[in-house]
Amino acid sequence: MFENLTEKFQGVVKALRGQGRISEGNIEGALREVRLALLEADVNYNVVKDVTAAIKEKALGAEVLASLSPDQHFIKIVHDEMTKMMGGEAQELDLARRPPVPIMLVGLQGSGKTTSCGKLALYLQKKKRSPFLVPADVYRPAAIEQLKVLGSQIGIPVFDSNPGADPVEICREAVRFADRNGYDTVLLDTAGRLHIDEKLMEELRRIKEAVDPSDILLVADAMTGQDAVNVAKAFHGKLSLSGIVLTKMDGDARGGAALSIRAVTGAPIKFVGVGEKLDALEPFYPDRMASRILGMGDILTLVEKAQETIDEKQARELERKLRKSQFTLEDFREQLLRVRKMGSMEELLGMIPGMGGKLKDLKGAAPDEAELKRTLAIIDSMTREERRNVKVLNGSRRKRIALGSGTTVQEVNRLLKNFQQAEAMIKRFSQAGGRKAGRNLPFFR
Amino acid sequence: MTDHSSDSFFSRLKAGLGKTRELLFMNVEAIARGIGPVDEKVLSDLEEALILADAGAGLAHEYAEQLRAKWRRGELPDVEALRAALRRMIAETLAPRMVPLAVAPPYPFVVLVVGVNGVGKTTTIGKMAHWLRGEGHPVLLAAADTFRAAAIEQLKVWADRAGAEFVRHQEGSDASAVAFDAVRAAAARGTHAVLIDTAGRLHTKAPLMEEMRKVVRIVGREIPGAPHEVLLVLDATNGRNAIAQAKTFREFTGVTGLALTKLDGTAKGGVVLSVTREIDAPIRFIGVGESVDDLRPFDAAAFAEALF
Ligand SMILES: Nc1nc2c(ncn2[C@@H]2O[C@H](COP(=O)(O)OP(=O)(O)O)[C@@H](O)[C@H]2O)c(=O)[nH]1
Ligand SMILES: [Mg+2]
Repeated sequence: MFENLTEKFQGVVKALRGQGRISEGNIEGALREVRLALLEADVNYNVVKDVTAAIKEKALGAEVLASLSPDQHFIKIVHDEMTKMMGGEAQELDLARRPPVPIMLVGLQGSGKTTSCGKLALYLQKKKRSPFLVPADVYRPAAIEQLKVLGSQIGIPVFDSNPGADPVEICREAVRFADRNGYDTVLLDTAGRLHIDEKLMEELRRIKEAVDPSDILLVADAMTGQDAVNVAKAFHGKLSLSGIVLTKMDGDARGGAALSIRAVTGAPIKFVGVGEKLDALEPFYPDRMASRILGMGDILTLVEKAQETIDEKQARELERKLRKSQFTLEDFREQLLRVRKMGSMEELLGMIPGMGGKLKDLKGAAPDEAELKRTLAIIDSMTREERRNVKVLNGSRRKRIALGSGTTVQEVNRLLKNFQQAEAMIKRFSQAGGRKAGRNLPFFR
Repeated sequence: MTDHSSDSFFSRLKAGLGKTRELLFMNVEAIARGIGPVDEKVLSDLEEALILADAGAGLAHEYAEQLRAKWRRGELPDVEALRAALRRMIAETLAPRMVPLAVAPPYPFVVLVVGVNGVGKTTTIGKMAHWLRGEGHPVLLAAADTFRAAAIEQLKVWADRAGAEFVRHQEGSDASAVAFDAVRAAAARGTHAVLIDTAGRLHTKAPLMEEMRKVVRIVGREIPGAPHEVLLVLDATNGRNAIAQAKTFREFTGVTGLALTKLDGTAKGGVVLSVTREIDAPIRFIGVGESVDDLRPFDAAAFAEALF
């Protein structure tokens, strides 16, 4: 699944590859791909329009980074923009006020409120607070019972709600009870409801009025589609949400609803649910979410890492050498070290654009860390002259190098063969791809 | 099914829409009013409306292209004709999926209900039980969701409401053991229908999906031909992920029917247009609320009507 999406998104990359810079003329195709990727990820149609407009503006006005080709640069802009819209940093619950602090969970039916209540209780308990659970869903069969069971699983007290009572009264009463009994955080589990159910939406407003919660969290399913904006708008309009809990993130939904909800409410996503167990609650990372929605986290990591590890001067120097066919074992060595700095081989192979799908065949072909070390040892056992001109490496020199590096002559031979292949590949790249093609791929083997 | 005319179905959906008028976008509204001539703008608004109904950008584009061709041939004089044409196209696509669930001998007729978490499996079972009881069938509900807290109690409430028999084990016990006991009991007692409730599971979790496969196998070993129906419940609020859900559940459990819930909200469930391209199961029911009688047979024309 993930590889599929990665490949699909690489259409964006291809459209820009080989272009000198990002321009009005060549960006349209890439933007269309972004638009489709976002829609397929369930980002709301109108939000997609805003996002792509912002991306376009950024991309056209941007200084081209020398270490990145235009396609990679474009992806970086997309990712940065999405991350920004997702809210920058992770945000916490507001627990500063005098206890008991009421926290209200609201949302559609089946979005995961009750489970999230249990998870938050456990989370708060780990933070040395004393949480109190309040079932305020008197409508759904056995909803009160469900929270009671969860509470007993984690040893957290649950208010004994009267199923015949008004939920507003239950909440008011429960907060008083918490105050009297020394619980400092009160988690109110409200019934799932449709955002267009005016009577039940009014009930939420009355609960808010009665207990003045410090946080009102909308619990939303990561699988939600286009309707997420309508839901979020209605709940936000009625209650002024302070945050979002995004549930069922352990599935394969791309979770575009996160961006939609964020866009219409401005409220931060405070937690994500990643499983049915009560400890399966995580803080929200906007940049990871951006990657997930785009279905291309791996490429982005490569781009970022490439940015860190290849500075512009080095890149130009390498390019010059390529043009003059002066690529030596010293350069090869440098490339290997760079590759190593960027991460493990398998991880890296997965990150190279266009290789997502071919990852399985390539895995065996990649040198592992031990092999990399031996390769480096071989190169280090050569004289400077040998490294610069492999042609001088006759049989006796090879034997000496093998001895010096603690390897075998066969291994030395293999390395030299690999180097020649890399050399040939680089030449091909620098001829086919024009000016920028050679500098973005780390070469090895 | 009980005496709910498709009229009341319409009015319910329309009522739902009415309440959210202010939430709808202006251009979509213009189409809804069906005024004016067709032009490129109207066509792209229609495409937008389909995307907003979760039909997917690709499918929306396909429909828009077909309509554009008709328009160029002069077949669509105004927006009203355009809307009617799109509705007809969608209704025709979905018409073959209007196959109601026929609970028939040899009894017990076994229905296994599956789906991801929170889509409405248990509620749908409660409603189905009520409908079948109304048709005079003795029904048994099997509490094979042994995982979620108080899931058994939830189903018990529905069994009582509908007047259905009930088979349960301890919380945490083996789901296929519950299913096995349930079909056995039904066979012994001459019960007509067994509805097996299962724990919600994300389709990406292979071990949990294998567990479903096992339930299918065990039930089939006990009663030849069972389960007679594997009903996959989809939530209309879900977007494109429903496609992956449908494909994977089909692979593991051989889905033979779909139920689309929560159509009483503002979500349109347009993703079923894509789902039915991927799997050939009919849509048996739609869910339009939380009460016992908020279940309807799927009606392609009514669905298309409410879609945009
Ligand atoms: N509005 C609405 N809510 C529904 C519908 N079907 C189920 N629900 C609600 O969705 C929530 C989850 O339903 P449940 O049957 O427990 O889902 P399960 O986890 O799949 O068994 C409950 O609050 C139900 O009342 C429907 O058609 N419309
Ligand atoms: Mg259930």
